[in-house]
Amino acid sequence: MTEGRWRVEVDGATCIGSGLCVGTAPDHFELVKDTSHPINELVEPAEAVRDAAESCPVEAILVRNAATGEVVAPEQ
Amino acid sequence: MTTAGEARTYPFSEARGLELDPTYRALRDEQPVARVRLPYGGEGWLATRYADVKTVMSDPRFSRAATVGKDIPRTTPARQQGTTILSMDPPEHSRLRKLVAKAFTARQIERLRARAQQVVDELLDRMAEQGPPADLVEGLALPLPITMICEMLGVPFDDRDRFRAWSDQLLGVTAFTAEEIEQARAEFRAYLAGLIEQRRRTPSDDMLGVLVQARDEDDKLTEDELVDFGITLLVAGHETTANQIGNFVYTLMANPEQLAKLRDNLDLVPSAVEELLRFIPLGNSAAFARVAVEDVELGGVLVKAGEAVLVSTASANRDAQVFDNPDQIDLERQDNAHVAFGHGVHHCLGAQLARLELQIALKSLLTRFPTLRPAVPIEEMVFKQGRLVRGLSALPVAW
Repeated sequence: MTEGRWRVEVDGATCIGSGLCVGTAPDHFELVKDTSHPINELVEPAEAVRDAAESCPVEAILVRNAATGEVVAPEQ
Repeated sequence: MTTAGEARTYPFSEARGLELDPTYRALRDEQPVARVRLPYGGEGWLATRYADVKTVMSDPRFSRAATVGKDIPRTTPARQQGTTILSMDPPEHSRLRKLVAKAFTARQIERLRARAQQVVDELLDRMAEQGPPADLVEGLALPLPITMICEMLGVPFDDRDRFRAWSDQLLGVTAFTAEEIEQARAEFRAYLAGLIEQRRRTPSDDMLGVLVQARDEDDKLTEDELVDFGITLLVAGHETTANQIGNFVYTLMANPEQLAKLRDNLDLVPSAVEELLRFIPLGNSAAFARVAVEDVELGGVLVKAGEAVLVSTASANRDAQVFDNPDQIDLERQDNAHVAFGHGVHHCLGAQLARLELQIALKSLLTRFPTLRPAVPIEEMVFKQGRLVRGLSALPVAW
């Protein structure tokens, strides 16, 4: 059952640990040693996850449709 | 130390130059979340350790929106207004932030590097023609960030004297009366409303134009939010960096061995900027309290729902649990995860722009004027008083 789900990735090398994603979507991101990680890689679509990806100052978060691979956020 | 029940008067002291009151250090050691009493709004908690400060800034159980209109502990008479991005929690905060976040990403800001360099070069040319001596505040520190944010927003640079005065008053703590601050806010709002009307007549692709479109075509924000967002971007876009350019150069001149080290190895500029951001307490005191929306245990105390918590990022940046020799300047410091730009959803939108401006300003200044020195004894430099942020009234330099 991955249809409609989103796959969340964080580029740890790019992440600056601003905490924006953790504050925006606390159920979906956590900071480990100042670097963000998705709590679950596969998630049900959630506005907070999209908001986190759109707000990341270094564009380290990528949200894709798990089935198709299509980029959901950030908008290009 | 006082007992946990006894509130200390806060701010602990009137800020002197760029010194950090030693009480922060004592509290970090002995009472990391302490009771404090502020000039307005009574008592609250003050967090001074790095870990607790980060928690309060990123945990949704601590709310900025819950402070709106309330008589919460604060340094200024005015209560928090609800139409600014700094007074919002997600998802309202995200709704506004997303409208401009793209323009402030590291990738987009990097594209402004050549323009920022050009602005700095022209300013330094003018300083060289007219000096020495020269006032670095008027010559570089103010015009650089004002030029950059004006061009991004689409605000006429020629109006700078007007909005600088309003901006200064908005950030006043004790330097101005409540009436003066309200007057400045009203005039600033009328000015922004005028710029917005211009865009309704003639659309533009600058940031104000984009925000006007987001309001008129997509109903993404209210008219009050639009006006206040413009003010916030313009004020935050220059006051902080302008003061820090002066504070950085002052700190380096006050520590000549550090100045020489940086001048002799300009590859250190990026890490030097991070270290000076960490070391220099820009804020005069903790501000922008959060209110707990449920009971939260923090730093060994129970913060009850409805109670206010202040955080000192300046104190967090000197926490020995995180930074080796925290009271020493180390321009080569590695893993410098300071919280000078805050943390969590309100992490400074302009952080990457500020870094760019600070890096270019420092590097160009030391390249152009390798013999840079204070034009008056460093202890005679005058800092502004009674403001939210620290900065020099003037910074006379020679070379």
